[in-house]
Amino acid sequence: MNSAIVAVLLLVLMGLAYQIGWSRSHGVAPTGGRLHSRPNYHGALTAIWALVPALLVFGLWALFGDTASRAFIISNLPPEVSSLGGQELEGAIRRIRQIASGFGVVGETQPYENLAGQALREFQTFSFALVIAAAAGLGALALFAARRRIAPQLRARNEVERVVFFLLLACSAVAILTTVGIVASLLTEAIRFFTFVSPVDFFFGTVWNPRFSSVGAGSGEYGLLPLLWGTLMVATIAMLVALPIGLMTAIYLSQYAPAKVRNTVKPVVEILAGIPTIVYGFFALVTVGPFLAGIGQSLGLQIRATSAMTAGIVMGIMIIPFISSLSDDILRQVPRAMRDGSLGLGATQSETIKRVILPAALPGIVGAFLLAVSRAIGETMIVVLAAGNSPYLRLNLGEAVSTVTVTIVNQLTGDTDFASPQSLVAFALGLTLFAMTLVLNVVALYIVRRYREQYE
Amino acid sequence: MADVISPQPSRETDRSAERLKRIRDGLSSRHAREKRFRAYGLAAIGAALAFVAILFVMILSKGLPAFTQATMTLDVFFDPAIIKVEPKPVPQQGQSPAEFRRATLDWERQVTMVNWNRVVETAIKNAAPDMEVDTRQALSIVETNERFLLRDRFVADPGLLGKTIPVDMLGSANADNWLKGNIDRSLPDAQQQLSAPARALADKLLEEGKMRFAFASHIFTNVDSRSAPASAGLAGAFVGSLYMMLVVIVLAVPIGVASAVYLEEFAPKNRLTDLIEVNINNLAAVPSIVFGLLGAAVFINYFRLPLSAPLVGGLVLTLMTLPTIIIATRSALRAVPPSLRQAALGLGASRTQTVFHHVLPVTFPGILTATIIGVAQALGETAPLLLIGMNAFVAAVPATPLDQSTALPVQIYLWQGNENRNFFEARTSAAIIVLLGLMITLNAIAIFLRTRLERRS
Repeated sequence: MNSAIVAVLLLVLMGLAYQIGWSRSHGVAPTGGRLHSRPNYHGALTAIWALVPALLVFGLWALFGDTASRAFIISNLPPEVSSLGGQELEGAIRRIRQIASGFGVVGETQPYENLAGQALREFQTFSFALVIAAAAGLGALALFAARRRIAPQLRARNEVERVVFFLLLACSAVAILTTVGIVASLLTEAIRFFTFVSPVDFFFGTVWNPRFSSVGAGSGEYGLLPLLWGTLMVATIAMLVALPIGLMTAIYLSQYAPAKVRNTVKPVVEILAGIPTIVYGFFALVTVGPFLAGIGQSLGLQIRATSAMTAGIVMGIMIIPFISSLSDDILRQVPRAMRDGSLGLGATQSETIKRVILPAALPGIVGAFLLAVSRAIGETMIVVLAAGNSPYLRLNLGEAVSTVTVTIVNQLTGDTDFASPQSLVAFALGLTLFAMTLVLNVVALYIVRRYREQYE
Repeated sequence: MADVISPQPSRETDRSAERLKRIRDGLSSRHAREKRFRAYGLAAIGAALAFVAILFVMILSKGLPAFTQATMTLDVFFDPAIIKVEPKPVPQQGQSPAEFRRATLDWERQVTMVNWNRVVETAIKNAAPDMEVDTRQALSIVETNERFLLRDRFVADPGLLGKTIPVDMLGSANADNWLKGNIDRSLPDAQQQLSAPARALADKLLEEGKMRFAFASHIFTNVDSRSAPASAGLAGAFVGSLYMMLVVIVLAVPIGVASAVYLEEFAPKNRLTDLIEVNINNLAAVPSIVFGLLGAAVFINYFRLPLSAPLVGGLVLTLMTLPTIIIATRSALRAVPPSLRQAALGLGASRTQTVFHHVLPVTFPGILTATIIGVAQALGETAPLLLIGMNAFVAAVPATPLDQSTALPVQIYLWQGNENRNFFEARTSAAIIVLLGLMITLNAIAIFLRTRLERRS
C-alpha cells in the first residue's frame, strides 16, 4: 500500500513536471524566434528537477526510517523493559511492531505493549504522512524553481544530456562495484575464518575433516590440498575429453566442412553450451556413472558410479562447445594468405593446418584452453551430483573425489550461521577459487587480445 | 623433366629420379595422413553430435513417461455411516459474522476428524470386490493426499452425503512404478515396495480399465510435496523462477544496456575505462558459485534480506548475467556502421541524440538477443541459488518475490536427491524436459523476433 502511494506520487510528480515544463517553454518562446532546446527537453529537465528532491526524501526515509521507529518504540517502553539488552529488547520491539501492524501476537499482551503499539501505529501514520508531504512539497518547490528558469536561451538539452551521461556512467560502475563486492565479502569472511584456523593449516593441510558445528567451534581439520587435488583431477579429465574433440571439431568445421554442413553442425554442437549444468549432473549420475561402472566391472576394474572419471568426462562434454566455438573464431582469423601460401607450395591440407595454421593460432588456442580450464575449475553442479564427495588425496580415477566447489556448497547450504568456521571456510575456499580463476582469466584474456591485435 | 633434357642416364638424373620417387612414395603416406586427419575431425564431430543425441534421448526416454501417471476412476460413496457430521451451518438471524465463522470452523474440524481413509478404502474394495486385500494394502495403491481432496470436495458441497460419484484418484508412486515397470517385476516380495496383494490389485484395476495412465496435469499445477510424491508438481518452482527472471529483466537489461552504451559510445579512452573493460571480461568468467557467496555474504548476511526469496536470487542472477548482456550489447553496437553516427552528427544531432535516436534503435534486435541469452543463462543456473537458501522445501506458490520459494533448476536438484529413486528419476527428467522446453522456447522467440525485426529494417 505504502509503496504504491509512493510510486503514484512519483509518477504524478514526474508527469506534471514534464507537462508544466513543456507548456512553459512553449509560452516563453519568442514569436518568430527560437528556443535553444526543444520543448520536450525543457519538460524532461523540469521533471528531473522535481524528482530529485522527492527521491532524496524517500531515500533518507528508507535509510533512517527504521532507526527512527525503533527509537520511538524504545522511548515508549517502560524503563525496566527498555533497559533490557540484546535478544529480549529485540523481541519486545518485534512484538510491538506486530501489534501495530494489526496481525497480533502470540500470547497475552501486556497493557504497556498495547499502549506502545497504539502509539507506534499513530507514529507510523504520522511519519508516513510527513514524508509524503515533505516529498511532495520539496518536489513542487523544485518544480517551480525549474519552471522559473525556463527561458529561450536555457540550455535544457545540454543539462538533460549531462544527467543521462552520469546515469550511464553509474550503470557501468555497477560492474566494478560487483567485483569490489566479491573481493571485499570474500576477504572479510575469509579473514574471520583465519582467526579460527591458521592460513598455513588451511593452505598446506592434507586432511579435510570439518566436524559438525555442534561438536564445537574450531574443531576439525581444514586442509585445502585434498580438495584442490580433486578439483585438478576432475578438470584434467575434462580437458582431456574436451580439448581433442573440441579442437578437431573446430578444425574440421573451419577448414574442411562445406558451408552447409558447417551451418547445421555448429548450432547443434552449441546446443551443448546452452544446457544447464544441473542437467549434465543428472546425466552423469543416471547414465554415464552406471555405464562407466559397468565397463569397469567387465574389465575387472573398480570404478564407482560417482567418481572423478564420471564427473570429468561429463564436464568435458559440457566444455566441448566452449573450446570449439572459441577455437573456430581463432582459426578463422588466421590470414588466408598464410594458408594459400602453404597450399601453393604443395602441402596437403592437413600439413597446412598442422604446420602453418595451428602454430599461427596457437596463442589464441592457449587462451581458449585457459578459459576452459577456469570454467572446469569453477563448475559446480556436475561435481556436486557426480563426483561422490570424498575428500582424500589419492590418484585412483575410479574413486569418489571432492572439489573446492562441492565443499563450498556442502558447507554453506542450509546453514547461515556466519560465526562458525564450518561455514566461514566456504569463503576461504571461494577466495581460493576466485584467485585461481582470476589468474587464469586475466592471462587468457591477455593472450587472446594480443593475438587478435596481431592480425587486425 | 630431367629425363627429357638429357636422355642419357647420369648422376644428376639419378638423383632427381630418386627424389621424385621419394616424393611419390612419400605422397601416399602423406595422403594417408591427410585422410586420417580428416577422419579424426569427422570422428570428433561425430562424438560431439552423439553426445547431444544421447543426452536428449536419455532425458526424453526417461522423462516422457512421467507425464502420464497411473490414475484410477473410483465410484466413491459418501457413506453417512462413516461421515457422521452435523449439517453444515448456515448464517442465522441474529448471529454475528464471527459466530458464524466459528460455527463453520467447528463443522470443518468435525469433517476433518472423519475417517476419510475408510471412504477411500471402501471405494477401492468395491472396485475389485473379488480381491482379498486388507486396509493397508488397499490404501497403498492410492496417493495419500486423495483423502484430503475428498474432504475438500465434501466441504465445498455437503450435499454429497449419501451419494455415489465417480472420482479420479491418483495412484501412489509405488503403484505407478509397479505398473510402468520402473521396478523390476521379477524381484522377490522382500524387495518390492508394494505387497503382493496390492500389486495384484493394481494389475487387476489396470486390466479392467478402472486404472489408466492419464496425462499428469498436476506436474504443472501442484506444488512440491513430500508426503504425497505422486502429486508433486512444479508450480511453486515455476513461479519462483518467473519472479527471478522478472527481477533479472527489470534490473540487468537496463543497467547492462546503459553500461554497454557508455563504454562503446561515450567512454574516453583512459585507464578507468580499461579497468572497467578488463573487469567486465573477467566477471563474465568468474564461476557462478562465487556470485552465490557474494549473495550470501552481502544480501543475506549484511542487508538481512530473507533467505530463499526470489528477490535475492534475482539480484544474484542479475549480477551474474550483467557481463553477458554488456558484452553482447557492445558487440551489437560495434556492428552499427560508423556512417550512421557520422550522418547524424553531421546534421547537428548531439552525441546523446545520435546514440538514442539512431544507433540504439538499429541495435534493438541485438539487444533482444543479448537479453534472451542472459535470461536463459539465469534460468538454468543452480549453484548460486543453493547458497542463498533456495534449496529449502517449499510447499506453496510464492505470492510475492519476498516469499520463500525455490526455482526450476533447484527443484531438479531436490528431486534427483529423493529417496524414492525409481519414481523420482522419471519425475526429475520430466522437470528437465520442462526446463529445456522453456529455454528452447525463449531461444526460438529470440530467433523469430530477430529475423522479423532485421527484415523490417
